[in-house]
Amino acid sequence: MEALRPTSVEDLCAIVAESREPLEIRGGGTKALVGAPNAARVLDMRGLAGVIDYDPAELVITLRAGTPLRKVTELLAANGQHLPFEPWDHAPLFSKPAGEATIGGVIAAGVAGPRRVTAGGARDHLLGLTAVTGRGEVLVAGARVVKNVTGYDVPKLFAGSWGRLGAMAELTLKVLPAPRETATLAIAGLGPRAAQAAMAAALGSPHGVCSAAHLPQTFDRAGPHTLLRFAGFAPSVTARCAGLEATLAAHGALIRLPEDYADRLWAEITVPVPLDGPVLWRLALPPSEAPALAERFEADGARWFMDWGGGLLWLEWEDEAGMDPAEVRAVAEVARGHAMLLRAPEALRRSVPAQHSRLAALMALEGRVRAAFDPAGVFETGRWLDV
Amino acid sequence: MTIQMPAPDQTVLARRSEIVAALARIVPGEGVVSDEPSLRAFESDGLTAYAQLPMVAVLPETVSQVAAILRYCSDNGIKVVPRGSGTSLSGGALPLADGVLLGMGRFNKVLRIDYADRIAVVQPGVTNLAITRAVEGEGFYYAPDPSSQIACSIGGNVAENAGGVHCLKYGLTTNNVLGVELVLIDGTVLRLGGEALEPAGLDLLGVVVGSEGLLGVVTEVTVRILSKPATARALLMGFPDAKSAGNAVAAVIGAGIVPAGMEMMDRPAIHAAEAFVHAGYPLDVGALLIVEVDGPEAECDHLAEVIGAIGRENGAGLVRASTSEAERMAFWAGRKAAFPAVGRISPDYYCMDGTIPRRQLAHVLARIEQLGDECGLKVANVFHAGDGNLHPLILYDRDKPGELDAAEEFGNAILRLCVEVGGVLTGEHGVGIEKRDLMGEMFTETDLEQQQRVGRAFDPQALLNPGKVFPMLHRCAEMGRVHVHNGQTRFPELPRF
Ligand SMILES: Cc1cc2nc3c(=O)[nH]c(=O)nc-3n(C[C@H](O)[C@H](O)[C@H](O)COP(=O)(O)OP(=O)(O)OC[C@H]3O[C@@H](n4cnc5c(N)ncnc54)[C@H](O)[C@@H]3O)c2cc1C
Repeated sequence: MEALRPTSVEDLCAIVAESREPLEIRGGGTKALVGAPNAARVLDMRGLAGVIDYDPAELVITLRAGTPLRKVTELLAANGQHLPFEPWDHAPLFSKPAGEATIGGVIAAGVAGPRRVTAGGARDHLLGLTAVTGRGEVLVAGARVVKNVTGYDVPKLFAGSWGRLGAMAELTLKVLPAPRETATLAIAGLGPRAAQAAMAAALGSPHGVCSAAHLPQTFDRAGPHTLLRFAGFAPSVTARCAGLEATLAAHGALIRLPEDYADRLWAEITVPVPLDGPVLWRLALPPSEAPALAERFEADGARWFMDWGGGLLWLEWEDEAGMDPAEVRAVAEVARGHAMLLRAPEALRRSVPAQHSRLAALMALEGRVRAAFDPAGVFETGRWLDV
Repeated sequence: MTIQMPAPDQTVLARRSEIVAALARIVPGEGVVSDEPSLRAFESDGLTAYAQLPMVAVLPETVSQVAAILRYCSDNGIKVVPRGSGTSLSGGALPLADGVLLGMGRFNKVLRIDYADRIAVVQPGVTNLAITRAVEGEGFYYAPDPSSQIACSIGGNVAENAGGVHCLKYGLTTNNVLGVELVLIDGTVLRLGGEALEPAGLDLLGVVVGSEGLLGVVTEVTVRILSKPATARALLMGFPDAKSAGNAVAAVIGAGIVPAGMEMMDRPAIHAAEAFVHAGYPLDVGALLIVEVDGPEAECDHLAEVIGAIGRENGAGLVRASTSEAERMAFWAGRKAAFPAVGRISPDYYCMDGTIPRRQLAHVLARIEQLGDECGLKVANVFHAGDGNLHPLILYDRDKPGELDAAEEFGNAILRLCVEVGGVLTGEHGVGIEKRDLMGEMFTETDLEQQQRVGRAFDPQALLNPGKVFPMLHRCAEMGRVHVHNGQTRFPELPRF
């Protein structure tokens, strides 16, 4: 079936209002293989592209949702700014070339990279939006200024909603000056527990570490490396590195990695292409729970690494069968976390919901909130196996 | 006093003694307050021009009591107004004559601190500053710092999405809260968010923060705590006028710097503050900027130098960097005391809270002055310059006939101006009752209906804090499309409550 491709908010309204079948909102389609396969008609948002307003000194950018992410980051970089939550393109995780992801797609999926641990996520940077709800109505929520508490913070609901409330047509995002310099210090040879403790000490220190990840030997053949990153002005980065070396002395020797090597590692941490098996999980956890889970899953054949100081644990099974998904989720739950099945063979995706389920009362409330935006279920494609 | 509250439901008032007795069964002992002198303690919040005695106040101590109270009120169609410390500046905690006031002050315990995971789990009645006090021994603090932080509760902060002078760099409440326990009006107890950085499903926590007590009652809060920066340094810079100060602010950001705080005061605010706390502010300047940087000492030195140079390039006659912690505190003393300082030079003042795109600052200040001249009222401005959040303080005397109304009218005109230049009605104080009737300036009927539909998903009968946030006709029209334009309703003959 041919995709619908609106080129204006009016178009989009008409399409949604007239639709008699479920619609799957799609940007670059880079995350189309997340969740259960479905037959919904594709609503291609890439016809709504381009920047509407950008005055760097205001620290906000307003743009159409179908604008390619790459264009956005390039424009910001040309003005010495960036999106601090480090949104990234999922395409390489599904063996597709990067470059197609749209800003609307990364916001709708709540995508964030390593710096999320200190800089906040997509939700923290989405200030306002214009969307067409399942009712076929134009909704304006939030605002175009950095600080606003007027009315309910509806944009927070849209960030990470995976298109289940409405189709975002325009977004206003908070942007910040890009750091002038970065540096990465590494400790070699730590096991998961010692590594997580070092990351906690670093993130809990006054030295302003911006990202902290741990790569075991199975990820990085150069050996286990615990990586601690700094970003800022040169004098600051130098002082922070020196300060952290002293603070972490008991955890091991810190070596400063060559920048190009470090950049490559952070790129792989952001888009974990090296975890290339068929089943890929993403666990959000209280950071100190991560090492025990890593050990537990490694014993069951998983490869893994930790980001966000342990708050994010990536797991991959080389073997199609992987591990019983119910078991993965039970373990995550005991650790007060949750597990998203980000990549899996089709058969698995048909039976296992991509998102971790919530308690019944919470699921019911989420359902009522979704119905408030989309009572007829125009955007309910069956992808989440939870209705 | 132009703001009207919903007319009390006489059938509820007629059942008052029965309701008091039922609440006393749920919260025994001193937990139910029903005599008038004691109820006076709850009649106002920080928007002191408005006062209303609640029908009854109840002060629960446990989550199951909160759940039982709410379930009872829900079953009996009784309105509930949650209250923390009562410092809201928008009337968010103003009681209702036919409503139960639910005071959360007894939820005052810090439950758990986990330094390794950098979180604190606290009850909602714990004050903002008490969180920092509980963790500072280990070198940590809770970043959002509203000026009311000694008094305001974290529950109130969550409800209002409170900010502070450091929120440009460290975020508002919403960026520093990981989870809450929330009790819905039907007594359901839920956990939204938790200890992980993101939720498994919809980000309901995101919409609960800043919902002004309309979606549920917060009974526990998990916040992020941060390691205290090694050093902080403040710069005091005096400019001939607001325009040059505004240019300096834009240039600081243009230089890639996100200061920990960046505050501006205009001449009347400077004079009031200096007379009150003797902070050493220059009196011959048109605008004062306080810029704070924090981090390792080397970073502070470097940034202070760059910012000082930017200040001078933009016309600052005076540039002073703090050389000691005492001096830094002195620079802040005047700014932090700006509200009470203004309170000394005028019998009453009315604090506005719009946000504007910063590039509009000079225009907006000039228009405010002009509007003030037109209605014969003076105004002092303090400004969170980094994020464009403007606090004009309108000076008036409520004992002079008509001045309160004039001040409110002036305030409304300022807020309309903020929206007109691309900004918003409120940057951190919330809509409450105060800006309720101005919501139509920023949102269409559809937008407001959609927000209220979200509300109905949590609270189908709209019993939690009614009369706040949304224009009253919206609340009563049961989601029908009632268009109010220039005060004219479509069905004027229909009764509305
Ligand atoms: C001098 C002064 C300075 C101020 N400075 C600042 C500032 O710098 N920045 C800023 O953002 N604000 C400031 N404020 C405003 C005010 O302090 C904040 O809005 C604060 O968050 C209110 O907290 P509270 O505990 O007093 O809440 P209250 O005033 O008691 O209640 C505020 C709202 O929260 C709801 N509520 C309270 N507790 C709960 C709960 N447990 N569950 C659900 N809903 C609840 C109430 O229903 C009400 O709608 C200032 C106020 C004063 C008086």
